[in-house]
Amino acid sequence: MIPLEYYLILSAFMFVTGVTGVLTRRNAIVVFMSIELMLNSANLTFVAYSSFFGDVIGQLFVFFVMAVAAAEVAIGLAIIIAIFRNKLTINIDEINILKW
Amino acid sequence: MTLEQGLFGFFALIAVASSILMVTRKNPVISALFLVLNFGALSGIYLLLRAQFIAVVQVIVYAGAIMVLFLFVLMLLRPAQEKSYFKDRPQQKFMAIVVGVLMFLQIIYSIFFAMPGKMADEARRVEIGTIEFIGRELYTTYLLPFEAIAFVLLTATIGALVLSKKKMD
Repeated sequence: MIPLEYYLILSAFMFVTGVTGVLTRRNAIVVFMSIELMLNSANLTFVAYSSFFGDVIGQLFVFFVMAVAAAEVAIGLAIIIAIFRNKLTINIDEINILKW
Repeated sequence: MTLEQGLFGFFALIAVASSILMVTRKNPVISALFLVLNFGALSGIYLLLRAQFIAVVQVIVYAGAIMVLFLFVLMLLRPAQEKSYFKDRPQQKFMAIVVGVLMFLQIIYSIFFAMPGKMADEARRVEIGTIEFIGRELYTTYLLPFEAIAFVLLTATIGALVLSKKKMD
């Protein structure tokens, strides 16, 4: 029997790695992948609590998170392709037309 | 050390190592492959938590569909090598790592001061992870969110089609 805290610490570590990835990487697709990593660490927390307390809603929520993540990836990658078509770059430091 | 603890250590080690490598590798394709490895290890951890359905969906949806989409776009765009932005500004990278460590400590603090609840017994844990149980809940109690997620996916499909059209006007 593995204590709940082990799963939570693993999840926290993955989340923080994702945060650091978002803050340090410049490639828009890699930033996006770091966000996926953060979503997955949240999923791990949901499943861990759901399993330890015997409540199924956590696992259902993970199912919904996965569906939203799939939708998000489809839209996000379409946006990245549209940006690449216009500016020929996906370096997030050069995509700054919304910044003043 | 029981088999369960050994397996947890194995999968946790893979998950930690692959997440670090994913963030630090310069080549985005290699990052994507390490993310696939991370999702595979997570699926193993879900199995240790008796969440069979989620483990299978993790492999099919995340490691399968979503990462294929990522790799496809990466190879389609083939972006130039990431510019070494942080060569000029090392303090920015340093600050990012400081923020990460602080956030980690904050989460650990909140984990150890969280309210402990009543733990479920083994039979219940195995029962709620099965496809049968999750399917019954999904189509009865949580039918409305299930229908809503279907609309989200439909909207995403239409949105992706519109966004990827040749001319946007």
